[in-house]
Amino acid sequence: MPRVLLIEDDPSVREGVELGLRRRGHEVRTAATGEAGLAALGEFRPDLLLLDLMLPGMNGVQVCRRVREDSQLPIIMLTARGDDFDVVVGLEAGADDYIVKPARTEVIEARIRAVLRRLEAPGSGRPAVEFHGELAIDRTGLTVAKSGERIALAPSELKLLLHLSAAPEQVFSRQQLLEHVWEHSYHGDARLVDACVRRLRHKIEDVPGSPRYIQTLRGFGYRFGPL
Amino acid sequence: MTTPDAQAPPAAGRRRRNTTAGARRRRLTRYGLRTRLVVAFLLVAAVSCGTTAALTYRAARNAILEQTQDTAVSHFRDQVRGIGYSLPVDRENLQQSVLTIARQAKPHPWVVFAEYGTMRISSGTRPTSTVLTPELRRTALARPHGSFQRVVSGGTPYLTVAIPTTFKMDETGAGAIRPTGLVFFAVMRLEDEEAEVRAMVLAARDGALPALAVALVPALLAARSVLRPVRDVQRAARHMGQGHLDTRIQVKGGDELADLARTFNESAARLERSVEELQSAEARARRFASDVSHELRTPLAGMLAVTEVLDEDAGGLDPDTAAAVRLISAETGKLAVLVEDLMEISRFDARAAELNTDEVDVAETIRRTLIARHWTDPERIVTHLPDGIRARLDPRRFDVVVANLVGNALRHGRPPVTVRLITTGGALVVEVTDRGPGIDPEVLPHVFDRFYKADPARGRSAGSGLGLAITLENVRLHGGTVRAGNGPAGGAVFVVEIPLRTGEGESTP
Repeated sequence: MPRVLLIEDDPSVREGVELGLRRRGHEVRTAATGEAGLAALGEFRPDLLLLDLMLPGMNGVQVCRRVREDSQLPIIMLTARGDDFDVVVGLEAGADDYIVKPARTEVIEARIRAVLRRLEAPGSGRPAVEFHGELAIDRTGLTVAKSGERIALAPSELKLLLHLSAAPEQVFSRQQLLEHVWEHSYHGDARLVDACVRRLRHKIEDVPGSPRYIQTLRGFGYRFGPL
Repeated sequence: MTTPDAQAPPAAGRRRRNTTAGARRRRLTRYGLRTRLVVAFLLVAAVSCGTTAALTYRAARNAILEQTQDTAVSHFRDQVRGIGYSLPVDRENLQQSVLTIARQAKPHPWVVFAEYGTMRISSGTRPTSTVLTPELRRTALARPHGSFQRVVSGGTPYLTVAIPTTFKMDETGAGAIRPTGLVFFAVMRLEDEEAEVRAMVLAARDGALPALAVALVPALLAARSVLRPVRDVQRAARHMGQGHLDTRIQVKGGDELADLARTFNESAARLERSVEELQSAEARARRFASDVSHELRTPLAGMLAVTEVLDEDAGGLDPDTAAAVRLISAETGKLAVLVEDLMEISRFDARAAELNTDEVDVAETIRRTLIARHWTDPERIVTHLPDGIRARLDPRRFDVVVANLVGNALRHGRPPVTVRLITTGGALVVEVTDRGPGIDPEVLPHVFDRFYKADPARGRSAGSGLGLAITLENVRLHGGTVRAGNGPAGGAVFVVEIPLRTGEGESTP
């Protein structure tokens, strides 16, 4: 069962979520502040970080940025609906998904599983490593390299790239990507997709402003290539 | 004793007078303020010109005539006294005297007449004059110092003077003075004086007309100085009516119009203050609702996370505790929905709700809404969803709209519920119809009200009571409308109309 680090300042939410997740078999460590959470990170080595955005002192977005400096740990933000600005900023800072509070434990766990779920292994007859332009995508080792140099991708970025590049030149609507990559509902928040595409372009494109790999089709969605 | 009947006619009369006065006032107000001011100004100028001219004319005329009169009378008296005569009157002598006096005329030539008994002597061609009145003849004898009269005869003005000759009763000079019966008359034409007076009238008229013309200039200036502040007030009032409550007028000077401007400014400031107070009170109320929801949300987040634990373990508890635990769990879930809906409504009220649009296939979007809620039984849900209609929508909000309307129809109406998608002239229309009894016409205007209960006795419905209000706000946010009504075959009909927009948009990928 995955190990979850929960950073949440409110004791009732912290205890409630911890209790709910522990009952479902997760190993949970909690921290009340961003600083304490970052300190617990190295020692606890979680599989996933559940991060409240509104924290006293160092806020969730800052924690998120600090974690992303040297780690691709899956991060799910806990937010209140309506804190739209925070959601966008959090996603830009590198969070993989977000959960709107209050949420039932089953919803939280479903998100955790979705973020941690690996994409299906490539079908037979496909090479383990695909080359697209300067990109080398290893579907088995789950690594991506550009011009021979390894690129560190957050889980959602990697999954999005794998999904799009599995069917080059095919257009996926944002709703489809939400369903397949994030396992959200069809009516979910498309800003997740847009923020992730921006982060991904920043890492793999030569000029993020005029992308080659992740292309936009106005009014329809995104596609990989053509190169 | 006054009876109502006796009072009635005067009252009616007064009313009639009032109406005619009202009509006159209306006739007056038909002309502009400028016209009325100018007319009033000219009227005042004309009246003062006329009065001044009339008074001057009268004073000058009297001065001229009196001077002539006085000269003539005193000179005539001196002439009459200066000649000697003896009684009884001798016709020849008298003729001489008359001619002598006639030659000494002053200031104008005169004709001299003398009357004594039946004797009539004159310096003219006729022995007596037609302009001498009996009245003068009568007063001539009564006033020994002489009398005069102005007479107009045949269009010519004459001055007639009468001087009686007198004698003293004794030689010592202390006795009474007695008329001798001999009276001298002088008749003098006053044409020169008349001409002078006429010249004065002409001068007054010729002076008054240019004066009136000159008066027009200050009249127009005065009208302008009155009208400009009035126009300022009018413009400011219109501006305020358009919602600019910070409108103020520049106050110039210290006259009544400045007072008007000052009063206007004070009223505007007071109005602005009370509107601000109202707005801030409303904002406070909204913030309170929003704050309450926020505060409720945190404990709810903790509670909702553990409801599962309660549900799972309830089976192992004694029946009463188990029932209590399940109740708490279920109500926590409902409370969470209610608080979420309240938060959503407060965001609409604070205009903080954002539209995150995306171009989507509308039929697919609706189908996904129904599937996500397991509303797929064809016995209960009938759909007419033509493919290929693409529109820019906020998928999350549109999902809420459709889900609320269909959920409402399933809850309050009777199946099958029909969901129909059509496009008409630039708008996409979603119609949700049920086969229930329809909506009471009295309830119809309130179906989108918050927490509106069609039947107060029914208490809490399954939803939060905010579903249709949130639907309405979501549709409005899309620039559309939602209507509720009853179908021709009974059953409630909800129609959502959203303008069709495709192509460019802020959040197009």
